[in-house]
Amino acid sequence: MNAVTSTTLSKPAVPVMRITPPTRWWILPFGELWDFRELVYFFVWRDIKIRYKQTAIGAAWAILQPFLTMLVFTLFFGTLAHIPSEGLPYPIFYYSALLPWMYFAASLQNATNTIVENQRLVTKVYFPRLALPLSAVLSGLADFGVSFLMFLAMLIYYGTRISAAVIWLPVFLLLAVLTALGVGLWLSALNAMYRDVRYVVPFLVQFWMFASPVVYPSSLVPQKWRWLYGLNPMAGVIEGFRWSLGRGNPPGRLVLVSTGVMILILLSGIAYFQKMETTIADVV
Amino acid sequence: MSEAVIYAERLCKRYRIGEREPYRALRDVFALTFKRSLLLRRRLETGELWALRDASFEIGRGEVVGLIGRNGAGKTTLLKILSRITRPTLGFAELRGRVGSLLEVGTGFHPELTGRENVYLSGAILGMRKLEITRKFDEIISFAAIERFISTPLKHFSTGMQMRLAFAVAAHLEPEILLVDEVLAVGDLEFQKKCLGKMEEVSKSGRTIIFVSHQMNQIRRLCERVLWIDDGKVRLDGATEAVIGAYERFTLSGAEGKRQEIGQHESVWFSGWEVVESQGPECNTVANGSDPVSIRIHAHSRQTIRHGLATILIYDGRGLLIAGWSFDRFQLSPGDHHISLMFSTLPLRPGAYSIYFSIHDDNKRNYNRTLVPAMIIAGSPVTHFMDEWAGILNIPCSLESKQIELST
Repeated sequence: MNAVTSTTLSKPAVPVMRITPPTRWWILPFGELWDFRELVYFFVWRDIKIRYKQTAIGAAWAILQPFLTMLVFTLFFGTLAHIPSEGLPYPIFYYSALLPWMYFAASLQNATNTIVENQRLVTKVYFPRLALPLSAVLSGLADFGVSFLMFLAMLIYYGTRISAAVIWLPVFLLLAVLTALGVGLWLSALNAMYRDVRYVVPFLVQFWMFASPVVYPSSLVPQKWRWLYGLNPMAGVIEGFRWSLGRGNPPGRLVLVSTGVMILILLSGIAYFQKMETTIADVV
Repeated sequence: MSEAVIYAERLCKRYRIGEREPYRALRDVFALTFKRSLLLRRRLETGELWALRDASFEIGRGEVVGLIGRNGAGKTTLLKILSRITRPTLGFAELRGRVGSLLEVGTGFHPELTGRENVYLSGAILGMRKLEITRKFDEIISFAAIERFISTPLKHFSTGMQMRLAFAVAAHLEPEILLVDEVLAVGDLEFQKKCLGKMEEVSKSGRTIIFVSHQMNQIRRLCERVLWIDDGKVRLDGATEAVIGAYERFTLSGAEGKRQEIGQHESVWFSGWEVVESQGPECNTVANGSDPVSIRIHAHSRQTIRHGLATILIYDGRGLLIAGWSFDRFQLSPGDHHISLMFSTLPLRPGAYSIYFSIHDDNKRNYNRTLVPAMIIAGSPVTHFMDEWAGILNIPCSLESKQIELST
């Protein structure tokens, strides 16, 4: 034992890894995740490559899904129900909300199943397990990019002018990614333990959509309750998207509340995931 | 041991039986909670399994160590802890240097991706850098001999090709510590031989290797030291031959505790035996089967035998009779005797063998005994590299081919 310690001191260049029983304390695993960044890259690359293999129209699905949904919303909620759209053409109004929403919904589905789908890997190789939900959430950005191209085409078609607020778009996208990651961490760890979760997620996504300003503007929510509405982090994200891509008032306070909630979800998600990580290989 | 690269102290791993089930459903949790409250919180954790208990050892730089033991002894759990897949329940381990583990062949392969893509994916998952994979790419492909198929999706590969590619990727890992779990038992013979060769090459390159196998010949070839894991503990740790010998003797006799009673109430009995040439404490070990060997049996008799019959039979570990001899007109006077059996050679494959010795007296009464402990043939195997093809005899053989001209 003493010999081992003294070698540690004399040879600091060799990394010494200490394997111990799980402790109650958790640390933010960013350093290790950085070491494994190439693996995250390969996971993302794999997910994107595989997603549309053996499909007839491939990546066109990334456009068709939000586009058809947008048509249905425009017809029923817009033309028939006359839901206010803050002066935007209905297709732009709905599509600009569906962009982040569809990304979010798909990321939740992927993140939930990622540990279970990669069960063989998890039980046979070590890597920071966080890499799995992280890459599930990142790989959704490819679809987002494709459907965003469609949005640009729509903007040209409707001759909608883009305001300077568009420079905020990356911020809202980041907010969406981190929210998806936070919730995805919770769901993937829970799903590794309890397979019930994957049956719950479709409902969760559906309810969550109606609790978010996708089919209606958040201005329908009474002014004094609006900040509370921001407790749903996707409310901030979607309003942010609509504002930066269209027009309207900056959703300042709403976004602030949403960001705060997002940070809470993300940190608790990391903590819970880390706690689960030590037993995942034994349980999954 | 200042160069210890793996240090493990009192590693323990507990599985609750429930945790070993594929997964839990929420209803089980509810049911369990309900049961627990009904049963006044009676502990339901009788279903505990200690896959490892107090495993401690130290491995120095460049050592190639074999792990042996029966199925479920804890070998894989130990590798999983050292490779950080699962955490110990108690105890700790320290590893010095980059660790690569190979618990399965083809980890991370995806059937929809091409050969080339899978090399990169699997390589990255096993811990290689992209640059490193690119540098070794051609070498990997030619080792696997799949040059023509690098752009074909893996699902169109034969199983053999997939195995070859998988091992090729793994074989080009260059960690300082390599943990290998019985992966050489895949693929066709040709490829297995290639893998074993590669492993020998790797083991000579100064890297530290822990190698699990049930093929004792492979362990004999690759390792200089062996840990015998039994019931979650390190049962024996030492030089390959001694540990494998003890292990084989153990599996041969079922359990060491089942020693035959010495039949002192009989009129002829045998109290022990030894290999005459053996040096050191292991008097049941034949150091070199190609030299003359004599075995000495201690016999005691209360009667006079004039027309007796002595029989000796040698069985291998699987119970197969290797050879038998009988000697009639066997004579024995009352008193203590050394009965010596001389063999000009005993060229048997290294391993444990049981010796059965019996004497019929003049009235055809039989006194017999399987000698304890079993006989161990040491040395290194020179026959086929796979245990199942190595046969019984360990005789060196060389091969050459010459072209001949047939004259008519």
